[in-house]
Amino acid sequence: MTDHAAMAPSEARTLRSYVYDPRYRGIFFQVLTLLIVVVLGWWIFDNTAENLARSGTASGYGFLRGRAGFDIGQSLISYTSDSTYGRAIVVGFINTVLVAVLGIITATIVGFVVGIGRLSKNWLIAKLCTLYVEIFRNIPVLLIIFFWYKGVLDSLPQVRDSLALPFNVFLNNRGLAFPKPIWGEGAWLIPAAFLVGIIVTIGVARWAKQRQAATGKQFHTIWTGIGLIVGLPILAFFVAGSPLTFDYPIAGRFNLTGGARILPEFVALYLALSLYTASFIAEVIRAGIRGVPKGQSEASFALGMQPAQTTRLVVVPQAMRIIIPPLTSQYLNLTKNSSLGVAIGFPELFSTTSTTLNQTGQAVEAISIMLTVYLAISIATSLFMNWFNAKMALVER
Amino acid sequence: MDTKNLAYVRTEMLAPAPAPLSTSTVSGWVRANLLATPKDTALTIIAIALLLWTVPGMLQWLFFDAVWSGADRSACTTIAQGGVQPDGWKGACWAFIGDRFQQFMFGRYPLDERWRPILVAILFVALLAPLLIPKVPRKGLNALLFFVVFPVVAFFLLHGGAFGLDEVETPLWGGLMVTLVLSFVGIAVSLPVGILLALGRRSHMPVIRTLCVGFIEIIRGVPLISVLFMANVMLPLFLPTGWTIDNFLRALVGVAIFASAYMAEVIRGGLQAIPKGQSEGADSLGLSYWQKMRLIILPQAIKLVIPGIVNTFIGLFKDTSLVSIIGMFDLLGIVRLNFTDTTWITPVTPITGLIFAGFIFWLFCFGMSRYSTFMERHLDTAQKR
Repeated sequence: MTDHAAMAPSEARTLRSYVYDPRYRGIFFQVLTLLIVVVLGWWIFDNTAENLARSGTASGYGFLRGRAGFDIGQSLISYTSDSTYGRAIVVGFINTVLVAVLGIITATIVGFVVGIGRLSKNWLIAKLCTLYVEIFRNIPVLLIIFFWYKGVLDSLPQVRDSLALPFNVFLNNRGLAFPKPIWGEGAWLIPAAFLVGIIVTIGVARWAKQRQAATGKQFHTIWTGIGLIVGLPILAFFVAGSPLTFDYPIAGRFNLTGGARILPEFVALYLALSLYTASFIAEVIRAGIRGVPKGQSEASFALGMQPAQTTRLVVVPQAMRIIIPPLTSQYLNLTKNSSLGVAIGFPELFSTTSTTLNQTGQAVEAISIMLTVYLAISIATSLFMNWFNAKMALVER
Repeated sequence: MDTKNLAYVRTEMLAPAPAPLSTSTVSGWVRANLLATPKDTALTIIAIALLLWTVPGMLQWLFFDAVWSGADRSACTTIAQGGVQPDGWKGACWAFIGDRFQQFMFGRYPLDERWRPILVAILFVALLAPLLIPKVPRKGLNALLFFVVFPVVAFFLLHGGAFGLDEVETPLWGGLMVTLVLSFVGIAVSLPVGILLALGRRSHMPVIRTLCVGFIEIIRGVPLISVLFMANVMLPLFLPTGWTIDNFLRALVGVAIFASAYMAEVIRGGLQAIPKGQSEGADSLGLSYWQKMRLIILPQAIKLVIPGIVNTFIGLFKDTSLVSIIGMFDLLGIVRLNFTDTTWITPVTPITGLIFAGFIFWLFCFGMSRYSTFMERHLDTAQKR
């Protein structure tokens, strides 16, 4: 007892005992770190303010309302060189989202096929898929972008020798020109019908699941769903009186007029990002499927399930748990890599922001906007995938 | 009990099943691995058709129709384009690579001084090889030489300006040399900084933890090109007026910051996998925090994540190619620069150059990933009894 009492903190603590107390040490180091960070931050802030004042740059976000004065080759919303800088940045943002979403879809499909292919018992298929993964994984994505842009798309014919494809589609080194759909009156019915189709399908799926749980009878939800989601919009199209006309591209002497156009830059960026990321996704998928113990599928066979059922009901749900977290980071990588479009002049977020920066000299503001947007995209994607992951995670007691 | 009339018991033997296919003969192997089921047969046929469709053309382009020697663009252009090749000719222009090979390796490094990067490369290999081979003894000394002495020597050799060596400004550096210097510095900086960040993220001190989490997540949430761009544009703004900072150094700072954040997350994965008992055991022995980390936790954690670390290195190596966007001439940058060189401007030059650069990058990355697989297996057997 006396020993214990001696160990207890007494009032007569020496300085030495404070120095060696982890709590006080912790506080000391934290205060020190904070102090260093604050001083450093203040120093940087001070320098920046001085440098900006010296170069006569006004600060603030007012420049966003100024006239941009540069053209953007591809935009989903109306944009001319008379639009504002703010709108130019929004156009860039939309282009980034567009290439990221399309890239993610394609990369997932290709990655899934290649990942499964690597596990195939067919020797040739497995080796080809391995070859694909080993080639694309070990080359910088920027190089792949240039490969498509400089190597492949540059060798397409000039505008006057455009390749004429069926349905008034033209392919040349300025991109792919195709008939632009013009929606007439009542066209809103079609997306509305599509939405209704999705909602009804979800309802049918729930009902079918409940019925199967209660009676054991199965229902062909998939075919019903496809019928509803595809059929209803088609029905709506005719009900609304086919409100669709096309603006066809017309081959002139030097240029194509009319129609819509996909930039070769977009195609190069999209293909490169998809194929590069697909090689990583293939590895993620392969690791996920191999992570499900063999006993699981053997047990499923023992219960009398068909191979397709085993894959769908036993292997894939378990593999998904392993797959989702690394898949999320691949999606984020693809989105961030879309900023490399700047190297070939595709007008995505990074590219339009840096053009704005070069024209206005508002370095701090422009970069802060860009970083915030990329961070927001990253956080939104992670939040969604975390939610999805939590939904798929193992439900434990 | 009558055992003769049970409905579920067979009364006569089944006919013997055919012998399993032998996979040791060639035809048996083909049947088992290529033609096992009708679906497999169809896939095999599709794959062979695909190969027959692409490979001969590719070989023709890469080797048989390629130009292997020549002094300027006329070697790789058709007569109509002002060259010597027959009309309709298409093929790789390896003569271009041969002519510019030195430039692709060293950039505009002065011709008389090129022995210096070569000497650095020899030193690099001589120090790295024994470090990578597990059996060679004295790893500690070797690592010290490689990570502490070698960078200093390499700096003075490459940059000069002391010991009677002429100074070679960094804008003259280029090619594979720049790619390797950037990656080496990125790797050498990111490992210790990444470890510190990972420890900070798992620290119990809220201020330190918040700072580390903030740094890591912000850097990981934005593209590398924006970090490089920031280092390029913002760094000069952050420093007092009159301080100049070398372009090369700016890129180095950007790459190192980016790699550190990724490295920190990899190391954190390893730290999380170490059971708490290890840390408690170290505490009960009276080890201080740094002793505990250095002697108990980190050796185990790092060993666990060696594949992840190597993957980060591979990613970093590939990502150095992005510095070409901010106007530096690494391997990809210098290859691109040559696309506009009038001596070699031909329709096939860009793609030949890109294939060459891609092959070099591929060699390094594939080598690293193979080594990582080897190391994983090596460390794994060490665990087995």
